[in-house]
Amino acid sequence: MTMDSILLIAVILAALWTVMTRSLLKAALGLAVTSAIVAVMLFNFDSPLAGVFELSVCAGLITAVFISAISLMRPLTHKETIELSKKRIKRYWPLPIIMLIAGFVFFRSTFLTGLGVPAEAVKSDVRGVLWSSMALGLFGQMVIVLAGVFGTVILFKEKDKNK
Amino acid sequence: MPSLLILLPLFGIIILNLPIGRIMRKLAFAFAFCIFVMQIALAIFHYPGLWASRLHALDTFFNVKFYIDHLSFIVLLAIGIVSLTSLLVSHSTISDEGMRFNFINLLIIASLGMCGIVMVRGIFSLYVFLEVAAVSSFILIAMERDKLALEGAFKYIVMSAIATVMILSSIALVILTVGDTSFDAIRTALGSSRNLFAVRLAMGLFVCGLFIKGGLVPFHGWLPDAYSQAPSAVSVLLAGIVTKVTGIYTLIRLVTSVFGYTENIKGVLMLVGVISILFGAFAALTQSNFKRMLAYSSISQVGYILAGLGTGSALGVAGAIFHFFNHAIFKSLLFVNSAAVEKSTGTVNMDEMGGLSERMPVTGATSMIGFLSTSGIPPFAGFWSKLMIIIALWASGHYAYASIAVLASVLTLAYLLTMQRKVFFGKLTQTLQNIKEAGFSFSAASIMLALITVGAGIFFPVIFNIYFAQFIK
Repeated sequence: MTMDSILLIAVILAALWTVMTRSLLKAALGLAVTSAIVAVMLFNFDSPLAGVFELSVCAGLITAVFISAISLMRPLTHKETIELSKKRIKRYWPLPIIMLIAGFVFFRSTFLTGLGVPAEAVKSDVRGVLWSSMALGLFGQMVIVLAGVFGTVILFKEKDKNK
Repeated sequence: MPSLLILLPLFGIIILNLPIGRIMRKLAFAFAFCIFVMQIALAIFHYPGLWASRLHALDTFFNVKFYIDHLSFIVLLAIGIVSLTSLLVSHSTISDEGMRFNFINLLIIASLGMCGIVMVRGIFSLYVFLEVAAVSSFILIAMERDKLALEGAFKYIVMSAIATVMILSSIALVILTVGDTSFDAIRTALGSSRNLFAVRLAMGLFVCGLFIKGGLVPFHGWLPDAYSQAPSAVSVLLAGIVTKVTGIYTLIRLVTSVFGYTENIKGVLMLVGVISILFGAFAALTQSNFKRMLAYSSISQVGYILAGLGTGSALGVAGAIFHFFNHAIFKSLLFVNSAAVEKSTGTVNMDEMGGLSERMPVTGATSMIGFLSTSGIPPFAGFWSKLMIIIALWASGHYAYASIAVLASVLTLAYLLTMQRKVFFGKLTQTLQNIKEAGFSFSAASIMLALITVGAGIFFPVIFNIYFAQFIK
């Protein structure tokens, strides 16, 4: 079994655990583990910068935001947790089957064979990609962050004041 | 010059939020008002020389490049008008100064995101600005933090996240197969790529994502909840322009600039359009909630836009774009009126109302103009755009679709006349004897939108020559 196959199985198991687990906190941690494995996969595919972003933003920053949000919530009682868990299993049991079928279809299909990021894109300097060809996207992402700041102010800060 | 519509609001927001006292909070309304009026003026008086002049220092420093054409002017005009309307409505509906300040900031960001969508020419930049508009919309819907508003926002977030996954998968496939995300490169790849199936799959995923973000049938489930549960000023913005720019404008742009017309694309657009027309009209007939009825009406009217676009003829595309503009105006007008009624009566249940025209003459009269234009009654603007779409459907040989579009106008008249009778006509209900108009800003917004609807109808030949003759050529 190759390293890629082991990572693939690990990421599928981590993703499934994230969706199926009873506790929100465990789900947030499951997502962090999933992101960390994806980061390793990206390093393995010679995309170290994408791996760094995945590890720092998705596995680190977003997990911290999730855990902060969960800490603001009322914890569920044991009875509520069990009820929700049953509902979740009923709702998501087809998920592993769908994943297996989708994986099989992609594995067998030929339409993606021979595809790859153009060599010049791989070789190009990341600074050039971010600040030249993707500047508009980067600019838009800064505006999204600004919107997120206002969201935090509106949905969280004033809530505390009302209390 | 186009970059000014993005950079000026952004710098304005940054300055407004500098910690230099409460004066900035008071200036926010005036700043937003000026920004939107400037946008409207620039879109109406679109001297080519003015728009072609790029602010070199700014553009070079930020390395941004925007594009603009006739379609962009029309959509920018609609964005400016509806954003201004939402701003006016917020003046009367959001009493807390801090909350209104935050609302204005997010309104400017949402408007900035929509302007970005209109002026970019690549699917990655398009996606980023779609997210700018979407993120600010989630927060605006949830800003009152009551249970229904949070539920509406949650449904919108979940559906939007699914759309985002589809759009990002599409972009990944485009990078793998084409190597470039610009419209030009994708158009070329669709004509000659070795991996044609993958490129088509990518574009299919992208369009499905847009259908979800725009609330188009069959992905419309979240739309009535979001429209009806959001604060009034936000309902006007969402129903008037946000979903139209994120879903419909992007589709028009992709079809006309990237995909081109094939028989399959025409067939799908017309079929979805006609199903939307019928579904929205029948669903609106059964509603007693004022805002939900208008939300289903939106689904039906968007169907006309898709049907016109699907004909592929110059007349059909021009009709679709004109109906896009008209729908933004008259649907905003009806949502402003529903907000005014809700503020005055405290309810949106039409069964509890009656005879409001007696106490709210401006709201009643402008609502009449809105509903006549929506139903396609001459000489209002909605008549001309529907006529162009129906003629285009007939001329392209789709007689059944044209007939359904005509008959659905009768259904539109039926549900809007029912609304007008239940809410504004008849004898004033005993419990509503003491109500009055909701406020000056509501009346100003309603009158402005009603005048545009009447003016665009009466001066249709002039407007057609200035804005739409380009599409016929």
